[in-house]
Amino acid sequence: MVASRVVPGRGASVGPLRLADVDPPEPPGDGWVRLRPRLAGICGSDLATIDGRSSRYFEPIVSFPFTPGHEVVGDLDDGGRAVLVPVLACAARGVEPPCRQCATGAINRCERVAFGHLEPGLQTGFCADTGGGWSTSLVAHESQLVAVPDGLSDEAAVMVEPTACAVHAAGVVGAVDTVAVLGAGTLGLLTIAALRAGTGAGVGTVVATAKHPVQRRWAVELGADRVVAPGELARAVRAATGSWRLGAQLTGGFDVVVDCVGSAESIAQGLSVVAPGGTVVLVGMPGHTALDLTPLWHRETSVRGCYAYDRADFEAALDLVAAADLGRLVSATYPLDRYPEAVEHAAAAGQRDAVKIAFDLRGERRR
Amino acid sequence: MPRPGFVLEVDGSTPPLLFHSGEGFRLEKLPAGRSRVVYPAEPLAPLDDVDGAIRAALLAPLGDSAPLPDLLHPGMKLTIAFDDVSLPLPKMRRPDIRSRVIEAVLDLAAAAGVDDVHLIAALALHRRMTEDELRHAVGDRVYDAFAPSGALYNHDAEDPDQLAYLGTTDQGEEVEISKRAAESDLLVYVNINIVAMDGGHKSTATGLSSYRSLRHHHNVATLEHSRSFMDRHRSELHHSNWRMGDVLKAAGVKVFQIETTLNNDTFGLEALRGGGPLGMLQKREWEWTARDRAAFVAMQAGLGRLSPKNRRRTFQSWEAPYGVTSVQAGEVDAVHERTLEHVHAQHLVPVEGQTDVLTMGLPYICPYNVHSIMNPILVMCLGLGYFFNLYRGRPLVREGGVLIMTHPTPWEFHPVHHPSYIDFFEQVLADTTDPTEIEARYEKQFAEDEWYRHLYRTSHAYHGVHPFYMWYWGAHALRHLGQVTIVGGDPRAVRRLGFRPATSMADALEMASDVVGREPTITHFHNPPILMADVT
Repeated sequence: MVASRVVPGRGASVGPLRLADVDPPEPPGDGWVRLRPRLAGICGSDLATIDGRSSRYFEPIVSFPFTPGHEVVGDLDDGGRAVLVPVLACAARGVEPPCRQCATGAINRCERVAFGHLEPGLQTGFCADTGGGWSTSLVAHESQLVAVPDGLSDEAAVMVEPTACAVHAAGVVGAVDTVAVLGAGTLGLLTIAALRAGTGAGVGTVVATAKHPVQRRWAVELGADRVVAPGELARAVRAATGSWRLGAQLTGGFDVVVDCVGSAESIAQGLSVVAPGGTVVLVGMPGHTALDLTPLWHRETSVRGCYAYDRADFEAALDLVAAADLGRLVSATYPLDRYPEAVEHAAAAGQRDAVKIAFDLRGERRR
Repeated sequence: MPRPGFVLEVDGSTPPLLFHSGEGFRLEKLPAGRSRVVYPAEPLAPLDDVDGAIRAALLAPLGDSAPLPDLLHPGMKLTIAFDDVSLPLPKMRRPDIRSRVIEAVLDLAAAAGVDDVHLIAALALHRRMTEDELRHAVGDRVYDAFAPSGALYNHDAEDPDQLAYLGTTDQGEEVEISKRAAESDLLVYVNINIVAMDGGHKSTATGLSSYRSLRHHHNVATLEHSRSFMDRHRSELHHSNWRMGDVLKAAGVKVFQIETTLNNDTFGLEALRGGGPLGMLQKREWEWTARDRAAFVAMQAGLGRLSPKNRRRTFQSWEAPYGVTSVQAGEVDAVHERTLEHVHAQHLVPVEGQTDVLTMGLPYICPYNVHSIMNPILVMCLGLGYFFNLYRGRPLVREGGVLIMTHPTPWEFHPVHHPSYIDFFEQVLADTTDPTEIEARYEKQFAEDEWYRHLYRTSHAYHGVHPFYMWYWGAHALRHLGQVTIVGGDPRAVRRLGFRPATSMADALEMASDVVGREPTITHFHNPPILMADVT
C-alpha cells in the first residue's frame, strides 16, 4: 500500500498560495511609504503557513488575504534602499500611547498587535493592509525601515531580518559556558554567528546539530566548536560536560540549548541535554506539542520563547551581516512566477546544498 | 599427518577463493599469473591426554621453578589469574582449557591445605565478563565454589584500593597491578596462547594492570615500533612488558606461569572428512567436493534469509572444537619459549618476498566483539592491527602497497560494550585519523572520563581509552600502507575510517592500480584459521 502525503513545500502548489495581479496596497496613514522589494527571503514560518502547519494561535493576529514575505530589502521612492523591520507594533498601528512593551522598545512583545488602524497582523507579510515582500510593492511605516548602507549588497541586506532574530537570541543566551544550537538551517547558522560575534556576550563552547553537509560546513565556518548529527548530540554534550546518563537523560548538560527547529522532538531533545537549572530557548517557531515536562520540573530547567527582535537587535544585525559577510548564505533566487519551485527549494534547502532561498524582484516587469 | 601451510600460485584453473566478510562470505577470483594465496597449515594433532599433560607440566615445571606442589602451603595466599573472554576466538567447546588447568591447580592447592584462593579474570581494560562467560572459562564447578563468596571476580583496573604500585622500569614505565596478585605468595597465571603475541611477561604486566601502567606500552610510539607484535624480539610492546616483568620480580611477585596452545581446528576437523556445518571453511577451495559446494551455497542462502541480528547470533554461538597441543608451566621465560615453538609449528607459513597488494577477508569476530558487534573501529583493528601484523620478518605487503579487506563494516556499535567507541567514531575520527594527533588531543579526555570509568567498573563496557588502543594497534600499518580499501563496506563508515569503499574486488583492484600500477602482485592471506607469514 502506498501512503499519500503532502511533502513540505508542496503547499505552494496545492495550498492557499497563488500568484495574482492585485492593486498595490495604499499607505494607511501618515508616516507610511511605499517599498518596492528587491529581494525577499523565504522563511521557515512562511513554509509552515503555506503547508498549513502553523498553529491556530495565529488566527487572531493575522488577516486575510495577505501577501507573504517579511524578510525584505527594497527600494524607497526617495532612491534609497531599506531593510524592513516587519513587526507591526504600536508605532505602525497608530496606537497612542504605546503599550507598555513598545514603550520600553520591546516591539516584538507588542500588546496591541491586532489593534489600531491596521488589520491584525503580527508582521508585514501576515497583514492584509500592508502587502508583503513576495510582491513588487508593499507599504511600510517609517518606524519599520532601516537604511541600507551603499556598500551592502542586496543579498546581504535580505539576511538582516533573520540575523536580527539570531542577535536577539544571542542576547537571551547571555554569557554562559556551553550552548547547544539545535538545527543548522538559516536561523541556526545565524544564531551560531551571533553567539560568536560577541552579541552573546562571551559564550564558551558552542555545539550545533546539522543534518546536511552544507549545514555542517557553514556551522563550522560561522564558529561552532563542534557540529554533530542530531542523533549524536547527547553523546557530544555528555562528553563535553563529563556528564553521566540516566537512560536518555543526561545528569548534567549544557547551560543553554537554543532550539532553532521547534519540533516536539527538538524540544524534548533540548530538555534531555540541558543542565539542571539551565534554559531551553525556543527560537524556531514551535507548534502544538506534546512533551513530558517531568524533567523540566525535576531539574528546574526553563523553556522560554524567543521571538523576533527590537530595533537595537536590527542595528546590530546590520553590522553582523556586513562583518561576517552573511550574504553568502543566499544560495538561490527565483522570480515570482517560479514560486512553486522556490518554495520547494526552500523546504528542502539543506538536502539541496542550500541555505537561504529568496525571491528576486529586481527584474519584475511591474516594479 | 597434517599438511603444512603453503603458498599457492594462482593460475587459470584456480577456483574462486574464499573471503570471510563479517557474518558472511565472498568468493573472489584473483588474476592468474601474478596472484598467490597463503594457506594455513592443517590442525596439528591434539594431545591425547590433556589432563595428564596438565598434571605433568605442574609437577615438572620449566626453568628454575619448583614443582607447583612445592610452592603451596597452608596459610598462604594463592591467586589464579586467567585470560579473559578475548581468548580464544571463537570460544572453544567445553571444557575450556582454562577450566581444566584451574581445576588441576585447585586440586593441588586443596591437597596442600591452601584455603585463601582468589581467581581473577585478567581483563586489563577489557569489558567485565558475564557470569555465563566466566562459567564457560572456569567451569561450573569452580564458578559455584568461588564466585558466591566473592573469590572469583573480574579484575578492576580502576579500583584504586585494589591496585598496587610496584615501581618503575629503568625507562620510567610505571608498574601497577592487582593488589591481590601482587600481595599473594604465589600468582598462577593461566594462559591460552592463541597467537605468538600472547603470554610471557605480557600476561601479568598487561592483564592485571591499570591504565597508569598500560599507557607506557599501549601508545602510538611503542605500537608503531612493534614489527610485528607477533615477533617478540622486534616488538617494543614486548620489550616494555619484559621490563615490567623485571619490576614485578624485583618487587617479589612470584609468578607460576601456565601456558597452553591450541591447534587451529576452528571450524571442525570432522569437516575434512565431509561433515560439519562450517567444514568447507577449513578446506582449500580446489578440494571442495560437490557436497561442500552445495553446503556453501545453502549456507549463503540461509544466511541471506536471516536478519542481521540473528545472523550475528548464529555466528557468535559457534564454539570451535580446538585440540590442545601443549601445556607448559613454570618460570615465565622458559615457559614462553616452549609455547612459541608450538604456536609457530601451527601458524608459521614460509612466504618468499612481499607483495604489492594484500587481500584478506575479515571474519565476524575479533578479540573485542565476543557476543557483540564488530564495529568499524574493530574492523580497522582486526585488519590493520591483527592480520597485518601476523608476520615475522617483513610485512606481507610492501611499504606503500595496498591492503584490500572484505567486510560489511556497518555503522553499528554495541551500546553496552562499546560506549566510548561510539564517541571516538563520532568525534575523534570525524576530526582526524592520525594516531599521533589522536593520542595527543583526545586520549586523556577519554581515559579519565568518569562516565566511561563507571561503565567499565559496573557494567560490561570496555574502558574509555580502549578505542584509542584499537586505533594505535593499526598505527604501523597506517604508516606503511599506500591505500586501504574495504570491499562491501558501508561507504560512510569506511570513509570515516579514512579508507576507500569498493563494491567489488574488481573495483578495489582497479582503485589499487592508482597506487601500485596496473599489473601488481597480489597475495591473499587465507585466514582464518589463523596463520602467520614468515616473510623472507
